[in-house]
Amino acid sequence: MIEKLGMYLQYPFVRYALIVGILIALCSSLLGVTLVLKRFSLIGDGLSHVAFGAMTIAAVLNLTSQMLVILPVTVISAVFLLRSGRNAKIRGDAAVAMISVGSLAFGYLIMNIFSTSSNLSGDVCSTLFGSTSILTLTERDVAICTVLSIAVVVTFILFYNKIFAVTFDEDFSRAAGTHTDRYQLLISIVVAVIIVLAMNLVGSLLISALIIFPALSAMRLFHSFRQVTVCSAVLSVFCAALGILISILAGTPVGSTIVAVDTAAFIICCAAGLILGGIRK
Amino acid sequence: MALLTIQDLSIGYDAHTVLQDLNFSVHTGDYLCIVGENGSGKSTLMKTLLRLQKPVSGRILTGDGLKETEIGYLPQQTIVQKDFPASVREIVLSGCQGRCGMRPFYNREEKALALQNMERMGIATLKNRCYRELSGGQQQRVLLARALCATRKLLLLDEPVSGLDPKVTAEMYSLISELNRDGITIIMISHDLSAALRYASHILHIGPTVFYGTKEAYLESEPGEIFTRDSYATTEPQRAKHKGGKRK
Repeated sequence: MIEKLGMYLQYPFVRYALIVGILIALCSSLLGVTLVLKRFSLIGDGLSHVAFGAMTIAAVLNLTSQMLVILPVTVISAVFLLRSGRNAKIRGDAAVAMISVGSLAFGYLIMNIFSTSSNLSGDVCSTLFGSTSILTLTERDVAICTVLSIAVVVTFILFYNKIFAVTFDEDFSRAAGTHTDRYQLLISIVVAVIIVLAMNLVGSLLISALIIFPALSAMRLFHSFRQVTVCSAVLSVFCAALGILISILAGTPVGSTIVAVDTAAFIICCAAGLILGGIRK
Repeated sequence: MALLTIQDLSIGYDAHTVLQDLNFSVHTGDYLCIVGENGSGKSTLMKTLLRLQKPVSGRILTGDGLKETEIGYLPQQTIVQKDFPASVREIVLSGCQGRCGMRPFYNREEKALALQNMERMGIATLKNRCYRELSGGQQQRVLLARALCATRKLLLLDEPVSGLDPKVTAEMYSLISELNRDGITIIMISHDLSAALRYASHILHIGPTVFYGTKEAYLESEPGEIFTRDSYATTEPQRAKHKGGKRK
């Protein structure tokens, strides 16, 4: 089996997939804790559907660099969705549901009307579940992904304390003179970037899993924000690497294999949390 | 010069005014209790004082070298906090965020301040414990220690004892009085009129008639008389009923 793996690893596209997979898993796990706690678990879902809608438009317009359309549209939606948590006529979950379903339908409609491809359902399926795109990455894709991932990680580390404070108690932060609006904006932008990146890996539908599973698993085991964040990052990277390797060996779809591994990790963490809790008491 | 001077302040939401023409000033060392019925605008006033929302009109002036961001705030707990994985130390330290400004990490001085305030609140032994596993009283102490990291002068407390049992409530009140004796000015919203009358030096009663003055003056004023009579009138019969129930 190791021989087989070694053979596969000689192909550059397999190495690219592994690098990009690990980077995306790392980024997506970082803000997971914040999003879960802020009751925005489904924002990944909503935004990825927006990205899907934007992607169909870019495809129809036949743009060479789809990123130029997808990223701005997703960022704007993220800013709108995360802002609406406060003082809004349409509250958080309803707004997420509305945008998510709306852009999914819109995207499919556009694909249907303007598609030139003969295998429409195959196209939709691969966009939604990201079944092949990670194995067709070019060197340029890997470079973009690496740069964006590093930017996300550095931003997160620099603003770690502020992100914690704003997530835990926004009113207190504002009273203490922190510009919470700016940090909310920052969080929205980072989330949007992560989602656009993650679309390559697991496709629109499974992004939520990549964001929330590591955070939820880590929250079973640890009790401080720092421990939870570190644990979810480590867990996420481990699960992604394992998922990609399994999918290469077994020939299963990459995205859903990663999510399956994440789910298994969550169940193990739940059990471990229960046992540890029992011991502590 | 007073610590806080409120001039012709009108407060409310979305241009809907809740309360008009407030005028009062808070001096260093005061213990001000804000009382009034539900919906009279207590929380709105608190949020306006903290600059979380804009006043409809009027001004809030700070004096005695108090910076706008040097106000410690003890908010009511939110749902998010109930299952937040955070250690006591992390939360108390986040009280220093105003001192940090744009600096990304806390320095040694701020970490020492956090520890000192945890000791002051008697929660230093809990510093690595998870916030959500603490009792209600302990959680309030954590949030109070955090507020103390943000200020040395002025604390704003929003119903600090709601949901606490009588023993912990009494402890909380004596803790707050102790801080007040140490020279920290207190502004507190309270439903609990008897405690307000026992601990506060000044009372601000808001409602259809507004009263501001010392506790002694409040007891003799019209709103004070009505409010105290009413709140005793509503609690007395319940007590009587309760006793009656026991006798059977």
